[in-house]
Amino acid sequence: MWKKRTVGISIAALAAAMALAGCGSSGKTNASSTPAAGTSSSASVTGTITVLAAASLTGTFNQLGQMFQTAHPGTTLKFSYGGSDTLAAQITQGAPADVFAAASPATMKTVTDAGDANGTPQNFVKNQLVIAVPPGNPNKITSLKDLTDPKLKVVLCAPTVPCGAAATKAEKAAGLTVKPVSEAQDVKSALTPVELGEADAALVYRTDAKAAAGKVDAVEFPESDGAINEYPIVALKNAPNAAGAQAWVSYILSPEAQAVLIAAGFQAP
Amino acid sequence: MSLHARLVVDRGRFRLDLPLDVAAGEVVALLGPNGSGKTTALRALAGLITLSGGSIDLDGTEIARAGHGLPPERRRVGVVFQDYLLFPHLSALENVAFGPRSAGASRAVARDRAAQWLARMGLADIAANKPGRLSGGQAQRVALARALVTNPRLLLLDEPLAALDAGTRLSVRGDLRRHLAAFDGATVIVTHDSLDAMVLADRIVVIEAGHPVQDGSPAEIVRRPRTEYVARLAGLNLYRGNADADGHVMLADGGRLTVDDRVAGDVFVAFPPSAVAVHRERPSGSPRNVWEVTVVGVEAHGERVRVELTGVPPVAAEITTGAAAELDLLPGTTVWVAVKATETHAYPA
Amino acid sequence: MTQPSQQHYRRPPWVLLLPAVIGIAYLFLPLIGLLIKAPWSTLGARLTEPGALTALRLSLITATITTAVCLLVGVPVAFVLARTRFPGQRLVRALVTLPLVLPPVVGGVALFTAFGRRGFVGVLLDRWFGIQLPFTTAAVVMSQTFVALPFLVIAVEGALRGMDTRFEEAAATLGASRWTAFRRITLPLVGPGVAAGSVLCWARALGEFGATITFAGNFPGTTQTMPLQVYLTLQNDPDGAILLSLILVAVCITVLVSLRGRWIGAV
Repeated sequence: MWKKRTVGISIAALAAAMALAGCGSSGKTNASSTPAAGTSSSASVTGTITVLAAASLTGTFNQLGQMFQTAHPGTTLKFSYGGSDTLAAQITQGAPADVFAAASPATMKTVTDAGDANGTPQNFVKNQLVIAVPPGNPNKITSLKDLTDPKLKVVLCAPTVPCGAAATKAEKAAGLTVKPVSEAQDVKSALTPVELGEADAALVYRTDAKAAAGKVDAVEFPESDGAINEYPIVALKNAPNAAGAQAWVSYILSPEAQAVLIAAGFQAP
Repeated sequence: MSLHARLVVDRGRFRLDLPLDVAAGEVVALLGPNGSGKTTALRALAGLITLSGGSIDLDGTEIARAGHGLPPERRRVGVVFQDYLLFPHLSALENVAFGPRSAGASRAVARDRAAQWLARMGLADIAANKPGRLSGGQAQRVALARALVTNPRLLLLDEPLAALDAGTRLSVRGDLRRHLAAFDGATVIVTHDSLDAMVLADRIVVIEAGHPVQDGSPAEIVRRPRTEYVARLAGLNLYRGNADADGHVMLADGGRLTVDDRVAGDVFVAFPPSAVAVHRERPSGSPRNVWEVTVVGVEAHGERVRVELTGVPPVAAEITTGAAAELDLLPGTTVWVAVKATETHAYPA
Repeated sequence: MTQPSQQHYRRPPWVLLLPAVIGIAYLFLPLIGLLIKAPWSTLGARLTEPGALTALRLSLITATITTAVCLLVGVPVAFVLARTRFPGQRLVRALVTLPLVLPPVVGGVALFTAFGRRGFVGVLLDRWFGIQLPFTTAAVVMSQTFVALPFLVIAVEGALRGMDTRFEEAAATLGASRWTAFRRITLPLVGPGVAAGSVLCWARALGEFGATITFAGNFPGTTQTMPLQVYLTLQNDPDGAILLSLILVAVCITVLVSLRGRWIGAV
């Protein structure tokens, strides 16, 4: 019967092809990577620098990226924003990136534990939660306790995302439980329903509420002091542009960048 | 339960214009070639096509007029379709019970009536079969039962025997005739098969190109065909000509025939092929119609042989195989034919 | 009817055979990967985790409700498209198939603008009935229905068009109203098409993600369907995500295989 023989040959050929392809790219070898311990060498930094950053850093990092590119002609910053837990998972699964800036030490720990960090992460800002409400605060929300009202639609970040973890901490500190209608994957997605008027409140960072000023109002609450998130940043071990990675990390820690971050509502580390 | 209609339907370049009257209990056959409009007439009667003109009266009630009419489900018209259209997912019994159930009868009552009808048709043992498992003859009878169980006032049959093989057709034709005789409403059969028409119908309406061309009993149609088509169906030789008082007819297409019937003026002359004798040489004796012809073709029909001959006029003859052998008829051979005047039939055109 | 005798197949030309093998392998390899990398040792513990079973149950229930809704609405739509003629029919048919090519997230955003609390329909629902749709299980069904309805409509419309309409004529001559003819003749005759459409609809609803997470949100028990949970679990627990994916694959295969023989035919 022709069937068995020919199908057998085909599968063997396919397997051989796959084996050959497999030999090709097993892990990255970066002959050109410089070892750790970053001293900035601004003169020699060129090329693309890929940065994975927490969603709450969107506005500020974009602005800082422009400034960096002006100061270092020939460089291009590429940002990928998202929930820090998602980004950490991507890194441990081999996503090619130069720098990781997380919104909590816990999510950064995922990366360092997997051995994907180049050196020790450094905290560069802190962020604090506020309650975002529609402009004019129509439901007259003044405290965390108000969010427990069952008639209100509240959106929180998922507990595995740093802002969600901070929210949980704040709730514990206040001895309350807030029941959300939805758990967002990153802080920007938590804010959107409030901006659209579909949700009555969301627990987001002060920086996000500030960035969306006009579309939302921010309500401070005392329990957020007990749940401040520290933001660590680190260059990655398999960075395609190791020099660029170090340069960016140093830049973020510099006074110039810090001024921009503080102006946006972050707190000094 | 009589039908009084004038069916006018415009379809592009084709126009059907057919007056049709059928008395209660009468069976009328609409006989015509393909494309003559008989199917259109049937669909108009059933309510599947809207009339462009004319009207349809059933039992004194108008059911259709130009532009509108009762929908089929309100017409009390039963239809047996050419391919029967038995519902494939229902058994024979459920098919027949469909009509009564649609009219509101309970399932039990409907099935009961269906069972009675199937028994009447001798189909009690296949009642549970699905149409896929029925023979042609069985399917035809189920289709008929399905139409009759609804007690229609008008029964329409579309080429009722066309889907059957020759052998089955014979027995089914006889059965069908009996059932139609027992039906007290008006019946219209649409067919292109003259034998079906002649066996099943009380009256035949011949239709060609959307118009009626002849209307009469089967015997009349056959004895006095008025068109080539009908003559061919009846297997006759048909000519048209002008007769004088002495029985001499000058044929329109050439030639002369002498007839026995005393008719004058514009006439048809017809005689069957079996009345034509074929001779090698010019025969002497009584036949007053003798002329020379050339053989065109020879066809065997069982024990008889049909010979097509050209001449003035052309003619078809039917002789025994023995005679054919003796005459040695090859296409192109010249022979003589003779037809007795007494065997011809002349009638006014 | 006689059975066809054993058909002898000839070997297809290499030009077709090779890509065919590659194509089939491409579909199988990821599934095999799931099987290989799944943490089988922890299967028992994970399965009994409340989160997994909740999401699975929510997915199965919403997908089934969605299929029922699609049948109730989709069969009439298919009937109107196949059996009637009206001005603008081509536009309606294009609209019905739009969700097939629309990215599901876009569908979710569109649902928001219509049925959200500030949407032009949602506002009326809130004002008149006090009903708010986003973030509810109903919103999950709405999202799934939006993306899965075209499958059902297309399958049923195709079956209706392929059916011999003379059966409906025969039914009419027997005195059946148009509704009776549809119920007892048309529907049974297009049954296989309806069944195939339902299976496609159910499967698409089960796998729906983009519109759901946008319009219905994500909350365990209410709106967190299985695909959402797989996505979330992937962040922290890739092994767990693999297991959840396998569970979903197993459910789908079971349903497809059990329906295959019966009345689907080519599906």
